[in-house]
Amino acid sequence: MAGGLGQGTGKSARTYAGLGVPLILPAWLIIGIFLVVPILIMLVYSFLTKEFRGGVIWEPTLAAYDQFFFDRGLFGDEPPKIEWTYILIFWRSIWQAGLATVLCLLIGFPTAWFIATRPPNSRTIWLFLITVPYWVNLLIRTISMKFLIRDNGPLNQWLLDAGLISEPIHVINTATAVQLGLFYSYLPFMVLPIYAAVERYNFALSEAAADLYASRWVTLTQVIIPSVKPGIIAGCILVFVPSLGAFLAPDLLGGAKNFMIGSLIEEQFKGAAGNWPFGAAAAMILLTMVLIVLIFYARSQARGAR
Amino acid sequence: MAKKPDLRRFPGFYGITLLCLFLLYAPLIIVAIYSFNDSQSITIWGGASLRWYEDVFWGLEADKFKQAAVNSLTIAVTAAIAATIIATMAATAMLRAGSFRGKGASFALINLPLMVPEIVTAVATLIFFSAIGFTTGIMTILVAHIVFCIPFAYLPIAARMEGIEDVYEQAAQDLYATRWEAFRLVLLPLMMPGIISGFLLAFIISLDDFIITNFVKGAGVETLPTAIFGAVKQGIKPNIMAISTLLLLVSILFVTLSYFAGRMGQNRQ
Repeated sequence: MAGGLGQGTGKSARTYAGLGVPLILPAWLIIGIFLVVPILIMLVYSFLTKEFRGGVIWEPTLAAYDQFFFDRGLFGDEPPKIEWTYILIFWRSIWQAGLATVLCLLIGFPTAWFIATRPPNSRTIWLFLITVPYWVNLLIRTISMKFLIRDNGPLNQWLLDAGLISEPIHVINTATAVQLGLFYSYLPFMVLPIYAAVERYNFALSEAAADLYASRWVTLTQVIIPSVKPGIIAGCILVFVPSLGAFLAPDLLGGAKNFMIGSLIEEQFKGAAGNWPFGAAAAMILLTMVLIVLIFYARSQARGAR
Repeated sequence: MAKKPDLRRFPGFYGITLLCLFLLYAPLIIVAIYSFNDSQSITIWGGASLRWYEDVFWGLEADKFKQAAVNSLTIAVTAAIAATIIATMAATAMLRAGSFRGKGASFALINLPLMVPEIVTAVATLIFFSAIGFTTGIMTILVAHIVFCIPFAYLPIAARMEGIEDVYEQAAQDLYATRWEAFRLVLLPLMMPGIISGFLLAFIISLDDFIITNFVKGAGVETLPTAIFGAVKQGIKPNIMAISTLLLLVSILFVTLSYFAGRMGQNRQ
């Protein structure tokens, strides 16, 4: 992925040599003060004592993490058992995000391939059609999905009118609805990076494979997919990471039984639960998981570059 | 001689592409159609009318949504301008200022808002403002928006600057232009397509945000997404579908503008 990203790694122009620090300073200050420092304070908060109705008391404790992993009974005096509630919510989030990634890949790869192999003029039109939903308000898109799949929504209405079903299919407020929402939300995120990789793919490789009597399928799995792998991995991360912390799809489409990490965290700050240290701890655990994914990604990219 | 098979073609890929576009557009188009429904019930079709659009602009909730729209636009314009200026300076540092201390970490820092999950940024920002005792409101929303708009503004701006060789500024300086003049009169005009794209993306990203805004907005302050979310909690009403359709049009308008800004850049080179 060298070049084209503004990493400033190439042969560097020096027109404004010596001005680097003052020019970069505003970005450092804004992101440093209003993102890096807040994350550090959040880390501190996750080790503080909760105050009822939000906020914290400045007394260090491991209570938030303890509550996350262990069940000590109603009064906290029983021997600790593993608390499955939150682990299950995290597991559900990982499973849903993973499934959304796989589904997006199954639809997104052929789409990206098809668009990238169009003649240049029609390619821009296809690409434009994929880009538009990418920039449409995510809330609006999730509401649209909710409207469509409600029990008495248009989809069920049409199927009933057509006589294909005798009673409405109940999808809303199920795990399937959340999955549909995640898939629908992040599908364009899969197509665009794969498209960029296919566009750079050297088709002489396919010809060489064909000359050596490789079938289409063998060419696809043994030649093409390994060549465009960086794009595939980038697409998978762009779908998996936001799906993992998604709030709108589980909240609007999933109802109370399909809680994901995002809803769990939100409830600690906005909802009735009001446990800031616990919310901060859950956010830290989510951030750690995302960082692990990103480190794996960076290492795979570094290996690819070598 | 037998025609060589087209190695670019895979059976079924065309169909999957059409399916992909169908899935992406169908819900939006259906909501747009139903927003013209002349019926109290949101599902039963009662003929076409503009009554829900009238309701959006002059109905019971009109004032609430108007205020939210004004807030959203004010925040989006201000955040996008600030992010564009900061990103242009940062891109100049990264691509035109040789090496300097902290350059290696700078790229990661600029992109940090893209990597941290939105809900984590939301929690961290809320805790930060609470810890320093700053009352949440329009200002806190604005600051949070500038932070996550910076990488979106940076990417097209830096990509554009990378495509411009520094010979033009060199030539200007050889003709006794100061560095500021070389920047303002030579580099900046060449950069314009990238800067416009960056601004438009930052604007639309700010307008789009729900999660972070919802955390740092404070009581009584609403942007369009938070107002819509609040209304949807009580069920989808037809006026929400009309607002959704209007916002959809705004998004399409901005993507189109951004697309032409990009095209403008390609033609000039």
